[in-house]
Amino acid sequence: MKETITFQLNGKKTEALIDSTQTLLWVLRNHFGLTGTKFGCGLGFCGSCTVLIDNEPVRSCQLSVGNVTGKKVVTIEGLATDGKLHPVQKAFVEHDALQCGYCTPGMIMNATGLLLKNPSPTTEQIKEGMEENLCRCGAHVRIIEAVHTAAKEMKGGR
Amino acid sequence: MKIKSNTRIVEPSSPKKQGLIPRRDFLKYLGGGVLIIFTPLEACKNMAEPVRATRSLPKDFNAFLHISEDGIVTCFTGKIEMGQGTITALAQMMADELDVSIENVKMVMGDTALCPWDEGTWGSLSVREFGPKMREAAAEARAVLIRMASEQLKVPLARLTVSNGIVTDKLDNSKAIGYAQLAKGKKIEKHLNEKPKVKEPSEFKIIGKPYNRTDSALKVTGEAKYAGDIKIPGMMFARIVRSPSYGASLISADTTEAEKIPGIQVVRDNDLVALLHLSRDKVDEAIVKVKAEFSQIEMSVTDKTVIDHYLKSATKGNIINSKGDIAAGLKLSDKIIDSEFYDGYVAHSPMEPHTAAAMIDGDIITVWVSAQTPFLTRDAIAEKLNMPAEKVRVIVPFVGGGFGGKADNPQAVEAARITKLSGKPVMLAYTREEEFFYDTLRPAGLNRVKSGIDKDGKISFWDFSVYCAGDRGSDTIYDVPHQKTTVFDQGENDPQVHPFAIGPWRAPGNSNNTHAREMQICLMAAKAGMDPMEFRIRNLKDEKMIAVLEAVADKFGYSPGKGPSGRGYGIACGTDVDTWVALMAEVKVDKNTGHIQVVRVSCAQDMGMCVNPQGTLLQIEGCITMGMGYALTEELQFEGTKMITQNFDTYEIPRFSWVPEINAVILDRMDQPPHGGGEPAIICMGGVIASAVFDATGATLYHMPITPARMLEALKKV
Repeated sequence: MKETITFQLNGKKTEALIDSTQTLLWVLRNHFGLTGTKFGCGLGFCGSCTVLIDNEPVRSCQLSVGNVTGKKVVTIEGLATDGKLHPVQKAFVEHDALQCGYCTPGMIMNATGLLLKNPSPTTEQIKEGMEENLCRCGAHVRIIEAVHTAAKEMKGGR
Repeated sequence: MKIKSNTRIVEPSSPKKQGLIPRRDFLKYLGGGVLIIFTPLEACKNMAEPVRATRSLPKDFNAFLHISEDGIVTCFTGKIEMGQGTITALAQMMADELDVSIENVKMVMGDTALCPWDEGTWGSLSVREFGPKMREAAAEARAVLIRMASEQLKVPLARLTVSNGIVTDKLDNSKAIGYAQLAKGKKIEKHLNEKPKVKEPSEFKIIGKPYNRTDSALKVTGEAKYAGDIKIPGMMFARIVRSPSYGASLISADTTEAEKIPGIQVVRDNDLVALLHLSRDKVDEAIVKVKAEFSQIEMSVTDKTVIDHYLKSATKGNIINSKGDIAAGLKLSDKIIDSEFYDGYVAHSPMEPHTAAAMIDGDIITVWVSAQTPFLTRDAIAEKLNMPAEKVRVIVPFVGGGFGGKADNPQAVEAARITKLSGKPVMLAYTREEEFFYDTLRPAGLNRVKSGIDKDGKISFWDFSVYCAGDRGSDTIYDVPHQKTTVFDQGENDPQVHPFAIGPWRAPGNSNNTHAREMQICLMAAKAGMDPMEFRIRNLKDEKMIAVLEAVADKFGYSPGKGPSGRGYGIACGTDVDTWVALMAEVKVDKNTGHIQVVRVSCAQDMGMCVNPQGTLLQIEGCITMGMGYALTEELQFEGTKMITQNFDTYEIPRFSWVPEINAVILDRMDQPPHGGGEPAIICMGGVIASAVFDATGATLYHMPITPARMLEALKKV
């Protein structure tokens, strides 16, 4: 049954008349056209669908859209501000921390959530924090470097 | 490899006569409000005519490039971008040969209506095979443009020079004209009878220099489009009624319960029963309500019994290499080593499952697909739908990883069938379960190796057999007087070998064969009481192999030591796609848990001309990281034709905590033609890890992946 759901999406107050039992991932992709958030495994094992909900990285394939009522949802499309890449995005570009790019939005959202919680992670903490996000191309070494670079820039910006 | 009845194998289809999509038709498509990827409208509008589709590369350079009125060079290629980085390397080659800046080169890839025919993106062929042809086309275009400039500027050819797409008189730089003004956005009509030479390496400005990926800005913002991101007005999500086991055929499907969900539409056509809905959630909900019956094929083989099964069902031996006499070699031997090596079935498991979006407009079907083979996919659709190929357009947007698995695209044919039957635009994105089930797997491997060493530490004979996994990489590589290589496959009266579809997996066959050969060498060196590096050098005549081994030893900081030295050092080398590669690794083994941590890996590669050292480095790192999977954890579980592995909870691919320190050296061979770069380093990962584990513990691991259980078992025998 359709109902009105109100939440903040990428910084904007959003209302949608939708079936609240639908999966957040498919609502983002098909209702809002935000296709940067990817479907990878459908069971929360791979992290390709990671978005931030109230600054926490969450697997959007495991959540119905009704659960985000009143919350702040940020997808990969909402990370850049005023046309400027977020430090994590910028660091991924600088380090070539991607290949096919399919896991990349999830990686960036997860890394952003990690840095919001821990602005100065060690390499071990980055590995631990990124462990549940899968990449098949093997961009891992560069992603770790990119997260370090982003951490430095985010601190510098404060 | 011979496959019986219900097993699919990827094979290029036979050549057929091919027409073209009339220009007005595809322009209508482009203007139809449909999101089109990699198809700059301007470039198409300005093109004099669409590229004629054939089944060979066209001779006319206009098929490869187009120069717009604002000086943008659009490069057309049937190759696709799946992470391997040809989007950057090919742009470098085009820019260098034409003398334009790389920022002005736009890539249009994998669109059968716009790009020159291509066999597919596999075998590391993009740079080494397509690249040189594209460079020849660019060289001719450049020479023609300079001639046109000479006429317009009234300056002799010899006085003209080109930089950044501007042709200038060397004596009077006020006399200059750009490619943009010369080409005027049109097809360049002039051609040369005598084709100009491509640049010499000494003239390169862009080739050979490290460039970062040109697609990363799109990929970090979510703007990059993949097949699943295509949105067509009125598009419905499709799910297909799937069989519980491989090769089963549908008897009946009762969709009554599923149809109770409002908005569900059913499509039936013989073996195909699909549900459609505007909402992906709803179609997911509906598909599990279908009650279907199948007649199934029974096979008793499981992942645990596959080796015995191989021995029973692959009795046809074919000797592919023979030199000297094995019996004579046996007599020369001081020590003999007889081994069997095993590898499991592994999946490609790209992060993006096989996906296709399809629409029909009049009598033309357009399919956006996550494919490595746009043209073969187009032909497969045309054949299944009994349509002329010119009525099918396949567009490949960014592909979310392929590794060989997206050479085969059943989802594209299925989506095209559904769209034709329903008349609706359709999105068919495989679930992860479908992805594992329909993947064309890397076959399990069995290698038998018997070899001898004489008193001087020289290999006296080498008798190498490979079962069912392909002969790529089965070359002896070492200098052995008496040698034989035998490939065993399914004989005419043998039972079916593989319960599932098999196909090319990054460097097909080579990972298995290199693992077996290099681990055998490790064991032989230990038996001879020699350092494994010294043993290799003593038995090699191949100068390129010696060079990569010496380069990797230097990079790694290797010091000699007789194995097992306790240091956990491993070595493996081999060749793939004409590239010579050597790896060294250091591992740590937890003797209590059997867990193996790869600490560091070094790689040296002789790949001929390296177009983009940065892109090559990414590929090497990718090969090393991905290769840890087949070496340590990846092995599909199945019972007969039923696939047990369904998702990443039971199929463990490499993660962040596994990642070793990686460094690499690419040998400077700019005077050579380019060879492959996307696959070589992965072939050594099994051998380098197994030999490092031996060096660390003295335990011999014959079975990939080296799971903790296998590690603990092997430690008991030390």
